[in-house]
Parts: sequence; C-alpha cells; structure tokens
Amino acid sequence: MSVFDQQATRKPPISQIGAVLWLKTNLFSSWVNTGLTAASLYLLYLIFPPLLDWMFFNASFSFGTINFFGFEIKFSEEMATNKNCGRVGACWPYIYEKLYMYTYGFYPRTETWRPNTVFALTALLFVIIPLVKNYKYKNRVILSLIIFYPIVSFVLISGGFGVLTVVETHLWGGLLLTLVIASVGIIVSFPIGVLLALGRQSELRIIKLFSTIFIEFVRAVPLITILFMASFVLPLFLEPGNNSIDKLLRALIGIALFQAAYFAEVIRGGLQAIPRGQYEAADAIGLSYFQKNALIVLPQALKISIPNIVGSSISLFKDTTLVLIIGLMDMLAMVGLTTADPYWLGRETEGYVFVTIVMWVMLYSMSRYSKKLELRFNTENQN
Amino acid sequence: MKKIILDSIDKSQHRGLNFRNLLYNNEARAFFFQAVTFLIVIALFYSAIGNLFENIEQRGIQTGFSFLKNRAGFDILPFLGNYVVDYTPESPNLSVFYVGLINTLVVAFFGIILSTVIGLLIGIARLSNNYLISKLAGGYIELFRNIPVLLQILFWYNLFINAFPHPKQSFSFFDIAFLNQRGLYMPKPIPEEGFIFVALSLLIGIIAAYFIKKFYKKKHELTGIHTSTWPYTTALVLGLPLIVYLILGSPLQFDLAVLGKFNLKGGMTIVPEFLALAFALSVYTATYIAEAIRSGIEAVDKGQKEAAAAIGLSPVQSLKLIVLPQALRVAIPPTINQYLNLTKNSSLATVIGYPELMSSFGGTVLNQVGQAVEILGMAMLVYLVISLVISLLLNYVNKKMAIQGR
Repeated sequence: MSVFDQQATRKPPISQIGAVLWLKTNLFSSWVNTGLTAASLYLLYLIFPPLLDWMFFNASFSFGTINFFGFEIKFSEEMATNKNCGRVGACWPYIYEKLYMYTYGFYPRTETWRPNTVFALTALLFVIIPLVKNYKYKNRVILSLIIFYPIVSFVLISGGFGVLTVVETHLWGGLLLTLVIASVGIIVSFPIGVLLALGRQSELRIIKLFSTIFIEFVRAVPLITILFMASFVLPLFLEPGNNSIDKLLRALIGIALFQAAYFAEVIRGGLQAIPRGQYEAADAIGLSYFQKNALIVLPQALKISIPNIVGSSISLFKDTTLVLIIGLMDMLAMVGLTTADPYWLGRETEGYVFVTIVMWVMLYSMSRYSKKLELRFNTENQN
Repeated sequence: MKKIILDSIDKSQHRGLNFRNLLYNNEARAFFFQAVTFLIVIALFYSAIGNLFENIEQRGIQTGFSFLKNRAGFDILPFLGNYVVDYTPESPNLSVFYVGLINTLVVAFFGIILSTVIGLLIGIARLSNNYLISKLAGGYIELFRNIPVLLQILFWYNLFINAFPHPKQSFSFFDIAFLNQRGLYMPKPIPEEGFIFVALSLLIGIIAAYFIKKFYKKKHELTGIHTSTWPYTTALVLGLPLIVYLILGSPLQFDLAVLGKFNLKGGMTIVPEFLALAFALSVYTATYIAEAIRSGIEAVDKGQKEAAAAIGLSPVQSLKLIVLPQALRVAIPPTINQYLNLTKNSSLATVIGYPELMSSFGGTVLNQVGQAVEILGMAMLVYLVISLVISLLLNYVNKKMAIQGR
C-alpha cells in the first residue's frame, strides 16, 4: 500500500490575485478599455501638472500678513504687493492680505469678535444637534435652538439695543453675508413654502388658484429677474415717502419668496406621498383642518421630503452668489472689489480659485450630508 | 309628541340658518376663508398699485410702452442678435429687446446641444467598468455641480481674457480657425447666387429620407422583413445637396480670417463672452444631465437585458430596442427640466456683459429709462413663455413615452 503525501496547494497564478487582477479587470480588460485608460491618464497629465505648478510649485506663499478670523500671523516684515509675486504662479499673499475682506467685508475690525461668535455658535449647533439626538427632551432643545440661534445671531451681527454699536448692513460682506443670506433665506422661506404647499393641495378653489399661480410664476422666471424686481420695483409698491428699505432686506425678500416657491413644490411632493387613508382617518376621528395637518399629515410629509429640502437649500446656497448683481458685497463680489486695489491688480484668478475652494468645500459637505439623510430616511427598500 | 320633537331637531339640523350651524358648516367655512383670502390679496394689490402710481408720479418716471420707440443710443457687443436685427445706436429700444431675445435663444440653443453631448458622455462614462474612467466622470460631476454657476461663468471668462494668448500668438487650427483672447475666429460662409438651391435640396433630402424611413418601418411592422435604410437616407441627406452644390459650381465661398498687423482680419468672430457663457452653462448643466442619464440606464432592470439576450437579440439590438427606450423614459423628463434651467441661468450673463435679454434690455435700457415695471415685466414674460413652451414639450414627451396599457 502506497502512502500519498498531501501536497501543498499551489498558489493561484499571479494574474488572478491582488493588484494585478484588479488592474486587469478594472483597467485593461479589453483593448478598448486599455485605450480608454491611456486616454484618461493623458487627460490627467494634461490637467494636473500645470495646475499643481501654478497652485504650489511656482506660487508665492511666504510673505505678507495673514488675518485668520481676526488673529494676525505675520510671515515677513516686508509689505506684500503684486510685485513680490511673479506672474508664473499663484500669488497667495494676496489672499492672506484680503482674507479679512473675504470673510467679513467692511465689517469694522474692532468688532470682529461678534461675527466670530456667530461662526462659533453655528459650528456649535452642528456639534450639539447630533449630541442630543438620544436625549429625552431633544425636541425642546432643538426647538429652542431653532428659535434662539437666529435671534442671538442677528443681535450680535447687527448690534443695536443700546448694548452693541450698530453695524449698518452695507458694511456686511464676504462669507458672513453669504451665510446671512443663505440662513435667513432658508429660515424665512420654509414656513411660507409649507403654507403654499398646503394651499396648492387645498380643496378651496381660490386659495389653490393663488398658490398655484404664485408657485408656477416664480419657478418659471430666473432668480435675477426677481432680485431686480425686489431691488427696483418693491420700493415703488410701498407707501410713498416712507419707502427706502434696506438693500439687503430687499434682496432677502426676493430670495425668500423665490425659495418659498421651490420649497412648496418639494413639500407638495411629500404631501402627495401620504396615503389618502391618513387624511380620511384624521377626518374620521374628528380632527380639525389645523390639527389634521399639524399632527398627522405634515410630520409624515416633511420627513419624506427632508432630503429634497436639503437639496433645495443647497441650490439656494449656490444662488446667494447672485446678489452681487444687485450690488451686495458677498464673497464672490469680493474678488472684483479686492482686485481693484492698485496693489493687487490682475489677481482675479487667485480670487476665483480661493472662492471656488471655499464654496466647493461647503457645498460638497452639504451634498454628502443630504445623501446620508436620503439613505437614513429611505427605510422602505431595506430588506 | 315624540314625533314633533324629532321633527324640530331635524329641522334645526337641516334648515341651517342658525348661526351655530353656519359656523360648523363646511361649505360656509370654505366660502368664508376663500372670501377673506381673496379680499386680502385684492387689498394688497390695490394698495401696492396705488402706491406704485403715486411713487412713479413723485419720481417723475414715465409710464407706458412709448419708451420702446425711443432711440437706444448705446452700442451692443457685436453678436448674432445685432446682425439679425441690424442694430445701430440709432435703433429704438424695441430693437434692443429683440437683440437680447435672440442672443438669449442663441446661447440657450448652443448650451443645450453642448450640455447634452457632455452630459451623455459623462453619464455613460460614469457607468463604465473602467475604474479610471468612471472615477474621472464621478469627479467631474462632484466638482462642477458643487460650484455656483455664476462663479463658473466669471472664472471661465476671466481665464479666457487673461490666460489665452494675444492675437499674434493665436492657437491656430490648420490656419482655418483661430482662438485667442478676443474670441474664436472662424471662416465666414458667403453664399453666392444659387446657394438657395443647395439649401432647398437639403430640405428635400431630409423630407424624403423621413418618408422612406417611415415606409420601411411600416413594411417591417406588416411583413416582418427588415430593410436597413441608412444607406439611402444618408445618400439623400448628404449626397443630394452635394451633387447640387457641385453642379452649380460651388456657390458657397468662405472668408478666412487672416493675421494682420495687430489683429486677425476677416472671417467670423465669436466673442469670448459667448464662449465663456456657453461653456460654463454647459459644463454646469451637463453634471445634472449626466446624473439623469446614469439613473435612467440604471433604472432598466437587469432581467430586461438578459431577456433580450435570451430571445437572440444582438448587443446592439438589445441596446437599441430594449435598454435605450426604457432608459430614456426615465432620463428625458429631468433632462428637459435642465434645459429650462440652462435657459434661465443664461440671464447670469449680465456679469460678463454678454448682450442677452437681462443684460442689454433688463440692464442697460432699464438704467437709461428707469421704467422698471414695464421692462422687467416684458423680460419676465419672455421667460414665462419659454418655460411654458418647455413644459408643453415635456408634457408631450411624457404622453408619448408613457407605458401603453393594453
């Protein structure tokens, strides 16, 4: 009887494991794919080396003074001007010097702590809300935050009430103004949007007609026409002699009405997704119209539409840049303003790239967040 | 006795002139709320319009549309609208409106074509099984979708003006077209006598090709015999005009741009404002179109492709007959919506001075005349009509694409 030794299993061929397999299946599976891979590598080669050269390797970094949220960091004693930088690469000292303008606009430098506090509160808000998620009274906490945060922020930024010096709105600018417009736009337009959505779903003909006309009209025209309306025509609609409203307020009214129409359509989508039986059950147990909507319909409809509400808010955030057309000094407008400084002529590209980076980071994280929400609320198809 | 009591209760419930009944009557409530809303809206309008007239009078602004006949008195960046309307500073303000309208439609038209092409490519690339291609497409979408379109317009325009070469060092494409910071120089077609026949023959070719295609499609449906029509249709659409063109002795000449001492001379110039705007709008809108296309293709059930393979369709047939019709049903409605968005976003050209509706008419004329109500009203009306046309188109497409029940 012969004895068989068990032989060691052979290793799989190198082409079937690890990096080689991955490369083969994902990049070189066929001649076409190999060609495509080569083409995309060439594309990357065309884009990235010049971009990196401009942004980093040929760029100037190390002189001037950086003003970061009110704290000054000095790189060198010599005054930073256009001449210190070449024209081959980016001139980041321009951004250092103008960072204050990009963040606060013409906000008085002695009062910088006020917007800073608001920024800190905003950041805190994002920390607190996830923390209290499992807390017993979380609804009360969140509700009070939603009510007090805007009030506190408004008082801090605009001043007044005899405590803080008043800072006029035409001094607000940069990122501060962008955030003010976006948050006020969202907070004010949301309730109007809910009312419009209910109005459009209502059985009362006239209310339905008015809501529908408003929503469809606003959605059909570009935001810029509404902003022009708000800034040129709105003052004419007000009582004569008493009709000089603040420029920022005019823009905010335009943006809030515009956004309300979009929110209304998003929420209407949610309302339509609620089964008829819910409405009928609410009627059957004798709830009033207000009770029915506040207790039964809206909580469900809003929950369904949360991802789209976030999506619509992202669009609003992108649209805030349009206020530069009616002369408000938001972050994007700062590019034109700061490059008009004779020391920094012709640095628009650096300015646009900087604003692009800041805006992109904010918008990208918001869109990630909305994707996450969509997954969390999409409880239907998870088996 | 009992009957009388019951009767009286009945009456009090149904005869309803009782105040309490009125309060709890649904119809009465509905009427009341609607009447109140109606009155509030009317009152708001009434006071707003009243204030408007008073304000206009106080400020000495004119009313009415007579300003449209007044001399405009300013130059407009030369582009297609100018040539079509034959605009000069002596033209009336109404011409500015037409110039703006044409320029809006032109940029929307080219933007829609370019964004569809980019969106289609990126959407398909996103689903490629090539890792690099799919990641690149994903990166493109995430990058350009999360940058405000206004910023993109400004960025590309700035890059065009500052980073592109001077006319002396233009990028040259075989000496036919030139690209420099003053725009894209293309050969200008000059139709000569008889060119109208070439155009006419193209039209005839297209119509004939359409009917041939229709005829063979019907034959296919009736008899099951398939005839490939593309050789005939191509011959008709391309060959017929070409033959006419050659017979008539090439009645179309081209005026090439030539490098002069300081600048390029001759040819046809496409201004950088237009190029930057069309490019930025297309790049931005393409991200949404790409997502629509991707979700359309992903929405087609895998079983559909397998079933197509099982009944012996070739991959091309399976794509053409099974996958695409179903994918397009999902992808086309959001794409058409994006076309509307692109058209609306073209109004942002104000910031770079491309003379479309909101920058020439809603901007310069408004500043000169000051009649904001009339001017903005006209501009809004244009956008309303455009969006109405697009939603009618959308309804038509939806109806045509709806799954036919049996």
